[in-house]
Amino acid sequence: MVKVAIIPPNSLILSDLIERKGHEPLALQKAVRKKVIDPEIDSPPMNITEEDPIKGLKYAAIEVPSGVRGRMSIIGPLIEEAEAAIIIDDAPFGFGCIGCARTNELTTFTLRKRGLPTLELKYPKTRDETVDMVNKINKFLDSLPSSNSANSTDSQEEK
Amino acid sequence: MVKIALVSCGTEYSGIQREIEKAANTFGGEIIIPEIDLDYINESYEKFGFNAQSSSLRLMVARAMSIVEGKTQTDAVFIATCFRCAEGALIRNEVRRFIQDNTNIPVVTYSFTERTKADELFIRMEALTTTVARKSILAREKQEGLTLGIDSGSTTTKVVLMENNKIIGTGWTATKDIIGSVDIGAKDAFEGTGYGMDDLDGIGTTGYGRLTIGKELKAELIQEELSVNAKGAVYLANKQKGEATVLDIGGMDNKVITVNNGIPDNFTMGGICAGASGRFLDMTSRRLDVDISELGPLAMKGDYKKALLNSYCIVFGIQDLVTTLAAGGSKADVAAAACHSVAEQVYEQQLQEIDIREPLIQVGGTSLISGLIKAVSETLGGIDVIVPEYSQYIGAVGSALLVSGIGKRQDK
Repeated sequence: MVKVAIIPPNSLILSDLIERKGHEPLALQKAVRKKVIDPEIDSPPMNITEEDPIKGLKYAAIEVPSGVRGRMSIIGPLIEEAEAAIIIDDAPFGFGCIGCARTNELTTFTLRKRGLPTLELKYPKTRDETVDMVNKINKFLDSLPSSNSANSTDSQEEK
Repeated sequence: MVKIALVSCGTEYSGIQREIEKAANTFGGEIIIPEIDLDYINESYEKFGFNAQSSSLRLMVARAMSIVEGKTQTDAVFIATCFRCAEGALIRNEVRRFIQDNTNIPVVTYSFTERTKADELFIRMEALTTTVARKSILAREKQEGLTLGIDSGSTTTKVVLMENNKIIGTGWTATKDIIGSVDIGAKDAFEGTGYGMDDLDGIGTTGYGRLTIGKELKAELIQEELSVNAKGAVYLANKQKGEATVLDIGGMDNKVITVNNGIPDNFTMGGICAGASGRFLDMTSRRLDVDISELGPLAMKGDYKKALLNSYCIVFGIQDLVTTLAAGGSKADVAAAACHSVAEQVYEQQLQEIDIREPLIQVGGTSLISGLIKAVSETLGGIDVIVPEYSQYIGAVGSALLVSGIGKRQDK
């Protein structure tokens, strides 16, 4: 079982595909859930407080807008935890989105920089492309080890 | 409850959602989020024509569209995007214009950081709820009857007596004891008019001491500076219709207000550095041994480029000016450099935060320093800066004007 980071980080479809193959999707929803089940909710709806964009300084400098740093404070640790990644470029927001183009750029770059086994695909525009995308994702997930030794797997990039 | 629609790119990710709601609730407002479906987002931003990369900004456009198209019912709109985000700033201003051009709903904009606190939003939310709750008062373009306007500022207290759309008396004194300063200012304003407190139809107060004075004098109108100064400025400059920017470089803090049809829609207030305030000019005039009223004309004769001024700091900047004088530099060049330094710093620290809309109306005590007006105009690329008569009494004039819309106190 491998921890797989996904972009968009809240894509339910990607999360589902990963879980079906016995791996763990590092989805944004789980990270947010951890924040909102805290005994004290300081800042509804997601309990992101003033401290979180400050934690985001680990990933982006102070001149970067607070919204990017706030988002990175949740996504950044997921990227650090990842053992593999699936990146879908140009996805429409119905597929999942974090809302901020700059955060998308930074998360994708940070993930690529880690050098993990990564599958990178463009969002499909036709039925055939969609079937092809799902097949490639499944093949990639099958290639990942069932134990936590993911780094031995070669990186893949397909566009 | 005044319904305030929040149109933002994601205040919840900056940890300030609660602060916004707290500020709105404090002034009788309730934050609502326009509900949008996915198809409407695409439809809206394509109709709007701004192809923003960030989906939250597209969502902002769709929320604004739903307000304009009447799908969302709201009394006011609060537009907010992250500070330092270029795409956010562009959308923020375009969405603001779009709502203002197509509805009569009052709008206030803000660029936030994670440090944004409810207190910083209070004046904006108060102005927003006031605009809704007191629409008829803010629509007033003409002063009627006999009214007294009091602006209890942090440095000076200004009092203006108006009768049938004319200023008939003024008073100006340093703020010491709050009530005592008003007594002095009011005495000067009434002098020679034949009127006294008992003759007044209404009293309006604004400024830091507005609540204390308002309570003491049983004022009919107690109002924050944002609405009052904006209204006073466009009234005095005869620019009550259309857009304008009001700049007040104060003794301790600076305000920049953007106005649409006399109603304020954005506001920035500085107060971090004395080098960007009237205090810097006050210290310069003392060092040059000229009265503050002479500093402006002196600066007009000088060339700021001839005086070495390497620091905006009130301490190091003054030291630089002293060095220039010691090296044989002229007082006029030093006065010009001081004015230029203040204008440049206000521009760099504040004016860039909001979209400047012409005409620029400069008010407050420092608007009487002609050298500063010239420096502000030059710094902004040579735009016309309007300094209306009585510009130093802006808050008091605004109060006297607005309170004339509220019944006569003798009838109560």
